[in-house]
Amino acid sequence: MSVMTTAPRRRRTGGALGLVAWLCGIAFFLPVAWMVLTSFHSETDAATNPPSVGAGLSLHGYREFFGGGGGISPWPPLINSLTASVVSTLLVLALAVPAAYALAIKPVRKWSDVLFFFLSTKMLPLVAGLLPVYLVAQNAGMLDSIWLLVLLYTSMNLPIAVWMMRSFLAEVPVEMLEAASIDGAGLTTTLTRIVAPVAMPGIAATALISFIFSWNELLFARVLTGIVAGTAPVFLTGLVTSQGLFLAKVCAAATVISLPVIVAGFAAQDKLVQGLSLGAVK
Amino acid sequence: MSTQTTEPPRGTAAGPAGPAPAARARRTGRAKDWARRAPLLPALVFLVIVTQLPFVATVVISFTRWNALAPDNRGFAAFDNYRAVFTDPAMRSSVGTTVLLTVTVVLVSLLLGLGLALLLDRSFRGRGIVRTLLITPFLVVPVASALLWKHALYNASYGLLNGVLTWIWRLFGSDSPPQPDWMTDSPLAAVEVSLIWQWTPFMMLILLAGLQSRAGDAIEAARMDGASAFDVFRYLTLPHLRRYLELAALLGTVYVVQNFDAVFTITSGGLGTANLPYTIYQTFYQAHDYGRASAQGVVVVLCSLVVATFALRTVSSLLREEVTR
Repeated sequence: MSVMTTAPRRRRTGGALGLVAWLCGIAFFLPVAWMVLTSFHSETDAATNPPSVGAGLSLHGYREFFGGGGGISPWPPLINSLTASVVSTLLVLALAVPAAYALAIKPVRKWSDVLFFFLSTKMLPLVAGLLPVYLVAQNAGMLDSIWLLVLLYTSMNLPIAVWMMRSFLAEVPVEMLEAASIDGAGLTTTLTRIVAPVAMPGIAATALISFIFSWNELLFARVLTGIVAGTAPVFLTGLVTSQGLFLAKVCAAATVISLPVIVAGFAAQDKLVQGLSLGAVK
Repeated sequence: MSTQTTEPPRGTAAGPAGPAPAARARRTGRAKDWARRAPLLPALVFLVIVTQLPFVATVVISFTRWNALAPDNRGFAAFDNYRAVFTDPAMRSSVGTTVLLTVTVVLVSLLLGLGLALLLDRSFRGRGIVRTLLITPFLVVPVASALLWKHALYNASYGLLNGVLTWIWRLFGSDSPPQPDWMTDSPLAAVEVSLIWQWTPFMMLILLAGLQSRAGDAIEAARMDGASAFDVFRYLTLPHLRRYLELAALLGTVYVVQNFDAVFTITSGGLGTANLPYTIYQTFYQAHDYGRASAQGVVVVLCSLVVATFALRTVSSLLREEVTR
C-alpha cells in the first residue's frame, strides 16, 4: 500500500476479521465435533444434560456399530454404497466425457440447447418419476438390486457431470488442438497427449462430486431396495429404533459413514471449488 | 475449413458419374455433423430412457384410478386425480412449505455464504484451516446430519442446545433453565436451520471461487483513486460476483427443492413440514395411491418447468459470454 496511514489500520481490521472468520469456522464445525465426541462416549455419558464434555472416552459405540449390535452387520450396506457410488461414477465418466468433448471442443450446432436439456433433466424432481421406475423394477424382478440404483444414480449425476466436464474441457486451448492436427496427430493421440493432461483435474473433480451425491442418496435407496441391496444411508435411518437410546452408536455410525466423503472432500478442496463453480470459473 | 480437403469423400460409391459436387459436399457435411454428434448420443439416449420415459409413464398413470390396496378397482379416471390434488389441503400446504423452505434456505445460506466468502478472501493466520472447518457440514452425509440435529442437538431432554442452556443457567446458580422443545415449537425452522448449516458451505465455495477470480489490479486502481471499501464491493465485486450468485442460487434451489432426507428424518413431515417430495413419497409409498401420486408428480413437474425455464434464462446469460469461443 502506498498510502502510509491506511496500512496499519487495514492490518488491524484484517486481524479482527480473521478472528471473526475463526469463530464462524468453529461455530460451523461444532456440530460435527460434537458428533465425533459423542461417538466416543459411553451411552450414559452421551445422553446427559448438561453435556458431559470431559467424560472418559470409550469405543463402545464403534464396537456396537461394527459388531452388528442389534443384529444387523454394517458391512453389506457399506459395500452396497461403495458399489453403487463407484460403478455409477465410472458410468457417468464414460458417458459424460465424450458428450462434454463434443460440446466443448467441437461445438455442435445448437449446443447450448443440448446443455439446457441436460440441466433441465436435473431440475425435474426425481420423485415424480419414482413410481414408474418402481413398477418396472417390480415387474422385471429388479427391486432390491444394487444395479437398479447404479442406473438411477448415473442418470442423476450425468447432467451436472456433462456441465462440469464441458467447462473443464473448454479450457483446452484451440491453438493446441490445431497445432496437433497440423502435426498429423490422430484423435487418440490428441485425446491422450493434449486433452487428458489439461482435463484430468476436471475429471477428478467430476468423479468426486458424482461419488458424493451417490453415496449420500436416500430416497431412491429407501424405496427401491430392501434387505439385500440397502445402502449405508438406509442402514443409518434403520439404526434409530427407540429414540436416542443408542446415541453414541448412532453418532459412531454417522461418523463412519460420513468419513469417506469428508476425507475425499478435504483432500480435494480446490478441485471441489472449481468443479462446483462449473463454467463460471475462467 | 482446412480439414475438409483431407477428409476422404463419402460420395465415391456412386460410381464414375458421381453426384453433383454440391450434393457431395452437402453429404460430407452431414456426415461430419453426425461425427460431431456421435459422442453426445450415448449420454443423451441414456438420459432420455432413464429420466424422460418414466415421466411419460407418470403422466399416463395420473389419468388412471389405481390404488395398490384395491387392485380390482382399476380404470380410466380422467381428471379425478387432478381434482383430488387441487382440492387436497395437505397438497396445497405442502406447496407452500416447499416454496417457503426452499426460498428461506437458499437465501439465508447464500447471504451467509457471501459473508463467509468475503471473510475468507482476506489473508489471515490459519485461513486454510478455517476453510476446511467451514466446508465440513457440506461433506457430512445428509441423513447423518439430519440425525445429528434431531437427536444430538435439538432433543429437548439431552440435546446439546438445551444442555448448553442448562450449563449457562447453572453458572449463574439457577436450577430452572429454559428447555424449549425445538422440534415441536418451531418444526419448520428446525428443518431450515439444519439445511442452512449444510448448504452455506456450498454457497461459500462457489462465491469464494468467484472472489478469487477477480482482477486484482482494477481493485488496486480503484483504491488508489480513493474508493471506499464499500464502493469497491458495490461497483466492482458485486457485478463480478453476479454470475456466481446466480449459479449458487440455481444449483442450491435444484437440490433444496428436492430435499427429502431432512424432512423425512427430523419431523417425518409432521407439523406442517411436509414438502412436495415427502408428500408424493407418502401418497405412493404409504397410501399406495398410484394414480394420485402420479398426478401430484405431474403437477410438480409442470411447476418445476415454469421455474426451470425462468432459471435457465438466467443461466443462459452465463453461457452467452462464452459463445465467442
